[in-house]
Amino acid sequence: MNQDLNLHLWLIPLLPLLGAAINGLLGRNFPRKMTATVALASTAASLAWALNAAAHFASLPASAIPHIEHYATWIRSGNFSVEYGFQLDQLSVIMMLVVTGVGFLIHIYSVAYMEHEGGYYRFFSYMNLFMFFMLTLVLANNYLLMFVGWEGVGLASYLLIGFFFVKDSAANAGKKAFIVNRVGDFGFLIAMFLLIKHFGSLRYSEVFSAVSQFPAETAGAGVLTAIAILMLVGACGKSAQIPLYVWLPDAMEGPTPVSALIHAATMVTAGVYMVARSNPIFNRAPEALLVVAIIGCLTAFYAATIGTAQNDIKRVLAYSTISQLGYMFMACGVAAYTAGIFHLMTHAFFKALLFLGAGAVIHGVGGEQDMRRMGGLKKYMPWTYWTMVMATCAIAGIPGFAGFFSKDEILWQSFSSPHGHWAFWAVGVITALMTSFYMFRLIFMTFHGEYRGATANAHGAHKADDHGHHGTPHESPWVMLGPLVILAVLSVVGGWVGINNRFEHFLSPVIQKVSTAEMRSAEHNPAAIASEGATEETTGEPHTTPINESEEGSAHEKELEWTLMGISILAAFGGWGLAWVFYIKRPDLPDRVTATLGGVYTTVLNKYYVDEIYRAVVVSPLVTGSTKVLWRGIDTGVIDATVNEAGHGAQEISDGVRRQQSGNIRSYAGWVAAGAALVIIYMVWMGTK
Amino acid sequence: MVPLSYYLVLSAFLFACGVAGFLIKRNIITIFMSIELMLNAVNLSFIAFAAHWHVLSGQIFVFFVMVVAAAEAAVGLAIIIAVFRTRETLNVDRVNLLKL
Repeated sequence: MNQDLNLHLWLIPLLPLLGAAINGLLGRNFPRKMTATVALASTAASLAWALNAAAHFASLPASAIPHIEHYATWIRSGNFSVEYGFQLDQLSVIMMLVVTGVGFLIHIYSVAYMEHEGGYYRFFSYMNLFMFFMLTLVLANNYLLMFVGWEGVGLASYLLIGFFFVKDSAANAGKKAFIVNRVGDFGFLIAMFLLIKHFGSLRYSEVFSAVSQFPAETAGAGVLTAIAILMLVGACGKSAQIPLYVWLPDAMEGPTPVSALIHAATMVTAGVYMVARSNPIFNRAPEALLVVAIIGCLTAFYAATIGTAQNDIKRVLAYSTISQLGYMFMACGVAAYTAGIFHLMTHAFFKALLFLGAGAVIHGVGGEQDMRRMGGLKKYMPWTYWTMVMATCAIAGIPGFAGFFSKDEILWQSFSSPHGHWAFWAVGVITALMTSFYMFRLIFMTFHGEYRGATANAHGAHKADDHGHHGTPHESPWVMLGPLVILAVLSVVGGWVGINNRFEHFLSPVIQKVSTAEMRSAEHNPAAIASEGATEETTGEPHTTPINESEEGSAHEKELEWTLMGISILAAFGGWGLAWVFYIKRPDLPDRVTATLGGVYTTVLNKYYVDEIYRAVVVSPLVTGSTKVLWRGIDTGVIDATVNEAGHGAQEISDGVRRQQSGNIRSYAGWVAAGAALVIIYMVWMGTK
Repeated sequence: MVPLSYYLVLSAFLFACGVAGFLIKRNIITIFMSIELMLNAVNLSFIAFAAHWHVLSGQIFVFFVMVVAAAEAAVGLAIIIAVFRTRETLNVDRVNLLKL
């Protein structure tokens, strides 16, 4: 560690907190310009400092990485201690830049987007608060501080989903998100307790060096598997994976910039970050890795199917987000953490752009969110259209765009990694096809064809994003388009850093332990070693396999990689073509297909009735049990009854005793005489004994 | 010489009269007098024992009782006068403001 260099990392999260405090405490009386200035200045300063830190970081010698800064001790108990400390390594640099960069752009966008909403200062205060917690999460050097950020972003998310709190659905969506996240957080907490119990520390460096003493748990599940699975539970909650994904679609009740920042680009990727950060643990728990991969794979596929049938523009994007997060989990699950983080980064660009674009569309058509009532918007809002097309190409995996590189990397790794399997790859490709289909469906339904929206006064229906605009759709102001354009550029070029595995090389120091562990666990599986040419070169470590065999393998690998890439490109274009046929060439086709599919379509349209199933299986029994047993039975019947009976009994007894105190002097005299007589009798009786 | 038991029987009789009056009578003055009667019944038994056993402590104790009785009479009569002034009655059954 380099003691001389102090990057003052604490400034990065604290600046947004300052902004949040100013706007939150004093903002009520600020004019809107002032509120916006405070919010933008604090995020811009944070971004500037993050860039500065990143620049310094780049010049650090390898021995000085990770760069750790301690500020104060938080908890000390015996040998165990937790401090406020931030850590800068390759992984947190990327996360920090994504969060501050995308966050800043979305802040700019929000200035115009939220112009007509009430609670302007409240919105920006929450947004800045979110930035603070998210940066704490990614910069923390121990799990507990990460958990602080983890919970904090959950809080900010709750506040922002329920931003239009007078609307019942928004308030409920906020609560849903909060409660579902609690389930996941419970897993994370238990994982931390296990870490403390077995390793006596929560600091990344200490935990990971302790973990590296452990052999990989190839032959059955042990404590590392338990920790990894519990962490996964936490990650599933935060990153909206099966079975805890249900909150994310509902979270679209929040203002659109919130969906872009929190529920697409940054917060929901916290789970992926956590898994990638904990890679030394996960690597030594192959069974947990398998679970991660399966969950990711299922989620990716499942959410994509729902995405194809949704009509609300934001819900399509929400399911697409869940699906893409599934990809990231799948990548982590096959121990290709770099691919997961790479996709996280590119996804942050294009998904933020898609949401902001969708926001611009909603803004432009006066609050309408139903794609069936859009269409033909291309000529009204060309800038939005073209930026959205960039993002769609990126997410669909059209070659050259950012999503192509990251998604292809994931698909390749899911096939070739020692933890991979062709089934993961197959599901991934099918999902890619569906992704491409529903994204181009969104583009075609929204921007092509004729404008199907109602004119004039039918816009009041969606109060949430109603900006009071009426009449023909219109292009957004430049304050909103600027971020769109920047993000569009990033959506195109953002993937190029992955060419020649540069991204992977950059991240390899953080993931390095992975590879050594992989070797160790792979020793049981010689076939896996032979097929590891691609990942091997990233480790830069000498390999035990004879070189010629490895080279031969890697030549073969290259061929295979190109073939697979070709198939995924085909899938991307196939989805595009399919969407084109369905929504441009033969607009009658979708209705006929849905009519043929009948029940299947209805099921998908209703999101497989998962919300209903959860309600029946989890929520209703819980509510009924709480009402009937805990409330009426135990609280009212036992606890309240005990207290009431105690009071009642005391009253009864005193009522009896009270009668002695009659106020009648002669009855007192009688008692005195009787008492005296008793004393005498007693003494006589004692005397005779 | 009169045997001790005569004195004790008389003392017990007087004391019983005092208790009876204390319990039965309603007039506060009469109750007061009953108390005095009980005190004096006790005094009588003190004296009788003292004479019988030739121990002076009994006689000395009687003086104490008389002193207390005098003090009690002073205070008690004062209270009675005060009660009479406010309630205009000496019937204890009607001095019952503390009653339920």
